[in-house]
Amino acid sequence: MPSSHDWINKPLGVVEAMFAQSNSNPEWEAKVLEYFKGQLREKESHSWVPSLNDVPLHYLKPNSLVKFRCLVQDMFDPEFYMGVYETVDPSTKANVLRCGKYKDVTECGVDLNSRNTVTAERQTFYCVPIPGESPWAKESYGCSSQARVVPSTSYVPSRQKRSYEEDDDDMDTQPQKQREPHTEPHGNGDSKRQETEAPSSQTTAPSDCSSHLDLNFPLPGERGPACLVKVYEGLDSFKLNDTLEIYGILSVNPVLTVLGEEKDPSLLLLNPTESMETPEEQRAHDPPASLVPRLHMLYARPLQHNNPLLPSAPTEDQSAFVSSFLVEMASVRAELLAYLTHVLLGDGLAAEYLLLHLISNVYTRRDVLPLGKFTLNLSGCPLNSYTERLYQIVQQLVPCSYRLSMSLHTMNSMRLVPKKDYVANRLVSGALQLARNTSLFLDETQLEQGQLDSSGVRNITALGNLISWQKVDYDFSYHQMEFPCNINVLVTSEGRSLLPSDCQVPLQPQVTPPNMEEYLTTIHMAQFTSQINKFRVYLSLARTLDYSISDEVTKAVEDDFVDMRKDDPQSVTAEDLHRMLVVARLLSLSLGQTTLSRDGWMRAKHIDMLRRSRTEQQKSLNGNEP
Amino acid sequence: MSSPTSTPGRRKRNRDDIPATPKSTRRRGQDSSNGDLRAMPTSPATDIASPAVHDTSLFSSPRRSVLPSEVDMSSPLMYGTPSSRVEARQRPDLGSIRKAPQVDLHSEPPSADGAVASEQALGQKLVIWGTDVNVGTCKEKFQRFLQRFIDPTSNEDENAGLDLNEPLYMQKLEEISVVGEPVLNVNCSHVQSFDADLYRQLISYPQEVIPTFDMAVNELFFERFPDSILEHQIQVRPYNALKTRNMRSLNPEDIDQMITISGMVIRTSQLIPEMQEAFFQCQVCAFSTCVEVDRGRIAEPAVCRNCNTTHSLALIHNRSAFSDKQMIKVQESPDDMPAGQTPHTTIVYAHNDLVDKVQPGDRINITGIYRAVPMRENPRQSNVKSVYKTHIDVIHFRKTDEKRLHGLDEDSDQKLFTEERVQILKELASKPDVYDRLSSALAPSIYEHEDIKKGILLQLFGGTRKDFSQTGRGNFRAEVNILLCGDPGTSKSQLLQYVFNLVPRGQYTSGKGSSAVGLTAYVMKDPETKQLVLQTGALVLSDNGICCIDEFDKMSDSTRSVLHEVMEQQTLSIAKAGIICQLNARTSVLAAANPVESQWNPKKTTIENIQLPHTLLSRFDLIFLMLDPQDEAYDRRLAHHLVALYYQSEEQIEEEFLDMAVLKDYIAYARTYINPRLNEEASQALIEAYVDMRKIGSGRGMVSAYPRQLESLIRLAEAHAKVRFSDKVETIDVEEAKRLHREALKQSATDPRTGFVDISIITTGMSATARKRKEEVAQALKKMIQSKGKTPAMKYQQLFDDLRGQSEAAITKDMFEEALRALADEDYLTVTGKTVRLL
Repeated sequence: MPSSHDWINKPLGVVEAMFAQSNSNPEWEAKVLEYFKGQLREKESHSWVPSLNDVPLHYLKPNSLVKFRCLVQDMFDPEFYMGVYETVDPSTKANVLRCGKYKDVTECGVDLNSRNTVTAERQTFYCVPIPGESPWAKESYGCSSQARVVPSTSYVPSRQKRSYEEDDDDMDTQPQKQREPHTEPHGNGDSKRQETEAPSSQTTAPSDCSSHLDLNFPLPGERGPACLVKVYEGLDSFKLNDTLEIYGILSVNPVLTVLGEEKDPSLLLLNPTESMETPEEQRAHDPPASLVPRLHMLYARPLQHNNPLLPSAPTEDQSAFVSSFLVEMASVRAELLAYLTHVLLGDGLAAEYLLLHLISNVYTRRDVLPLGKFTLNLSGCPLNSYTERLYQIVQQLVPCSYRLSMSLHTMNSMRLVPKKDYVANRLVSGALQLARNTSLFLDETQLEQGQLDSSGVRNITALGNLISWQKVDYDFSYHQMEFPCNINVLVTSEGRSLLPSDCQVPLQPQVTPPNMEEYLTTIHMAQFTSQINKFRVYLSLARTLDYSISDEVTKAVEDDFVDMRKDDPQSVTAEDLHRMLVVARLLSLSLGQTTLSRDGWMRAKHIDMLRRSRTEQQKSLNGNEP
Repeated sequence: MSSPTSTPGRRKRNRDDIPATPKSTRRRGQDSSNGDLRAMPTSPATDIASPAVHDTSLFSSPRRSVLPSEVDMSSPLMYGTPSSRVEARQRPDLGSIRKAPQVDLHSEPPSADGAVASEQALGQKLVIWGTDVNVGTCKEKFQRFLQRFIDPTSNEDENAGLDLNEPLYMQKLEEISVVGEPVLNVNCSHVQSFDADLYRQLISYPQEVIPTFDMAVNELFFERFPDSILEHQIQVRPYNALKTRNMRSLNPEDIDQMITISGMVIRTSQLIPEMQEAFFQCQVCAFSTCVEVDRGRIAEPAVCRNCNTTHSLALIHNRSAFSDKQMIKVQESPDDMPAGQTPHTTIVYAHNDLVDKVQPGDRINITGIYRAVPMRENPRQSNVKSVYKTHIDVIHFRKTDEKRLHGLDEDSDQKLFTEERVQILKELASKPDVYDRLSSALAPSIYEHEDIKKGILLQLFGGTRKDFSQTGRGNFRAEVNILLCGDPGTSKSQLLQYVFNLVPRGQYTSGKGSSAVGLTAYVMKDPETKQLVLQTGALVLSDNGICCIDEFDKMSDSTRSVLHEVMEQQTLSIAKAGIICQLNARTSVLAAANPVESQWNPKKTTIENIQLPHTLLSRFDLIFLMLDPQDEAYDRRLAHHLVALYYQSEEQIEEEFLDMAVLKDYIAYARTYINPRLNEEASQALIEAYVDMRKIGSGRGMVSAYPRQLESLIRLAEAHAKVRFSDKVETIDVEEAKRLHREALKQSATDPRTGFVDISIITTGMSATARKRKEEVAQALKKMIQSKGKTPAMKYQQLFDDLRGQSEAAITKDMFEEALRALADEDYLTVTGKTVRLL
């Protein structure tokens, strides 16, 4: 158990000490970063840092080091701040140089005319928790934290926060009553984490906050803290929708909450700097710090995945982990396949395809063409909440997912594509602003006949673009801007989906359980947590493996293609070859093979043939299907 | 405001000899009109002295640690005129509002000034505090610039009608005297080429230098045109400062410097009346006094200077002076931002007559002074937010998309290329196989279709724009239009997507999803102002770019009809809701269409396969078929290509991305700088080619080429010359144009019945053979009817059977009906229901 660390509890002290030592040598900035990076590199040290994701804000000490697992939702304009400034002590008239970095407010008595003032630049990112993060992932992240959290103030929990007190034992180490919710790493299935999850959300903040603050989460019903992250270095390396784990200094200074009401309209007229912002803009850019804390970034780690069960950084640990898991790969795959087969009512082929879909990933782009995407259309899904259940099972397996029920109403009313709001000067999020490798579950069985209005058409077009090109055109009102994405789209439908897809599999249930819900629940219950965890690791890991094709196999594939075309040129097109290459890739990876073998290719061909014959069958059955 | 602390400063500036006057806050205009003004001094020494008399505090505002002082722009230094007839006007754009508090000059004996002071001992070299600007020299230099600067190569629209071999700005001054608009726009690049040092000063110390320029211009102007009457004094508005181009690259070093950035207006505020000067009147003795607004605050005089009553002064609003101000938000233009980031916005303040000059949606270049203001100090708070608010005070606006509506030159897209970049491009251009290289760099993920890629490449470059409006023909279309038709799944959409991503002004629409208004323009009522606003659609937005239309065949007829005008006249006429106008839509169209029967039927003509009106088809320069060739060698290469696509290593991909960037620049460079013209041989070759094309058909009584095809050839040849960076269209260009044109024709205009290329398939929708056959059938039918003798009415079915029996060739029902219709047109018979009557 680590004892108190100054670099976690008082990082600003560290920064200031370094600044004082530096004698305004600009190198101190690099030193600070190096120091914190070094501290975090130490074994397990990052788990001592409390996380904004699972510790309620009022438990965190202001100006302490915290971490935040998030998605960059919006990037605000760069701002200039006083990097170094001078203060005058009113009593002694002595000038003192101070450092303004990593702080929101200055000390009192700033000499605005000092020649020693250094203006520096930083940028603010608006970050939200990773949208659609599965409950199990959140829970598991929370459990691995070893941070000591000490309530910062003599805060008396309000009625709704009751549950914390019940959970947490008081400690006597300090005179003040303190709650320490996460002193020890908990084992699996920690129930109390779950409880703290919901009430800690900032969205349910008490009504005394001035107005309903829209925290701008991409998905409806999301909760968790949003955060304004001040970024000082490497501004160009961050992109919108990046998932990051940010280590920074928490700032919740109430001074930041400059709300509109105190403003005198006559002042506005005369003071140009105040009239620049509309109230909406102020609300968006300077929300109360108690709701949207500020985080001054010291170090950020891009997250390749947000699966807590996998080592997060590409270190030696990870390669060891991977190689040890590779041995098990094939057996886990078989188990998972069996599980999915049960879930898909005994349809083994569909289960195979679903498995491939779950590990698909856009690994590169060739000019406009995204490679590796594998949108699956499961047609012929039984109605009555089957799809909902299916989604719940998918959600249990992947760290990030979202189910979009494509009912007429949601299609017409929901905002899928993010849109720039010029009045508030922010990017209003939409449901398609998702982190990489999020599973998007489109439920077309919910769609009924009716009229799509113009926004509905736009939404459908956006979904189509997403599937075909893996990009979303954000609406900037005067123009559109294209943001590439990497989202696994699964469409469930009755007939063939109206959306394009890479591959359509008609579901052929082998069993017809009388009570679907019961059937699926029992399947789900039958799995041990350890088993499920294995599946989770498997799915995340298979996606990250490298892959190549040897020249020899290339030759074989080419020959094969030519042969197939010889028999019947209409039967196999370039499109089909594209798909089969993706299937072959995914199939190899799913077995833990990083190169394509001849067998792998034959297998891919085989299952594609099975699938095609099934669609043909379906076609002749329905007759009028196009 | 004249504080004792600033005295040393004045001493340094050698102003001790000037008596300090207390009325430092008096307004300039009043100064002049009062008549107690000094004539504009001629020697630099006294020249610099005059402002000091007025307002010493003006020289003491700090430049936030960079420079200790700045000059107040509204000081008489700037507006003292030789002639007091014309009132000077304040220039809030240069920052008279913001006067920072005074600094203690004791604390900083700057070394630079020390040197200056020694020079000052000679009474010659005086500089404005904190800068190296000597007012006299600066003025002289600028006057010399105005009098001497000649730019014979100027092609700016603003200089239209001016004699390029005469001093440019003197002509502009003359223009001012005639027109009476007291604004002189000065191109900074002119200043730079004339005097680099002056330019540097202008960029670094705009607050000081621009007023000096104003002064210089006014002196010069009133010397020359002593009788002109202007609303106010001439203001110099520099533009095109090369300092900064991109909003993203603004950084703290740019503060208080003159910058030019480009961007798009996203929001404009209401007009803000900003108080410049508060008018106070004493309630007791009616004595009045004026107080200038200092950084948004008015220092209300506590004591009346006349009667010494305290707190007797009241603000009289309607006698105070206000100036117009507007807040404008500008967003980075989408073209110059890195991928994956959101655009930045900047706040811009427009003053006086620049208010309401721009509307949301305009793309503009802004020249102005970059400012950073500390957040307001709240007396109730002990510590302040350590953030500055930044904005730009505009000096000059330049709309970049003005031309879209007015149609002038095309320097709007002018992209700046670095020397090295140009060198790389030129090197590439000098390679003999540049054409093949570029075409293979185009959409490498799409396999083969070399000719189609070449066609698209030529489309990207475009022909040379020619203006024949004097002879009544108007503009000649320079844009090449291309139609791709073919089987579904032959990566047509992908090609379109690629092109759309490649060109800066591309638009991508799908025929299914676009309506006529979405393509052209529509009128919208602004919810706030209730004003009618014209919103432009895809075609207008892609002016000077490429409009990619997918699923062209799915487009409704009414939508397609708007394309007729766009594709030949390159304009778009709107007559809607009281707005009648003609917009430019000089866009190349790249369309993709699927055959009607989902699979291409080789037994049918292009027209029959895609069912598009031939009037529209003939407007495409090149029509390509993208068919599945279905042969083994092709399959093998395709397979190889696709497999390679899936396992290519990172480096190879990297390499390719470089190619795309180079390709982009190459195209942009060629489009901007290369304007090839036909040389003698090439014209001859074109004539021959055209005559040959006509000849081919004439043997069989068919027309195989129309002037439109000749125009296409010319455009293609020009585009090919552009690819080579050549200013002349030579024979090889014509050869390639001919080849490509022939290839495209071979694919699209081959008559499936005869196997000959027949242009009339595209121009009239029917091949000449088909027309001939139709005639023959009609004649045969007529003969048959005549041979039957006098029967006024016949049964339809019987007639059909008879004709079939008689004719050797198979006669279909369609053909029979066509023949009947032809005869009906001749007024030989009429068809009513099932009977045919002779007339």
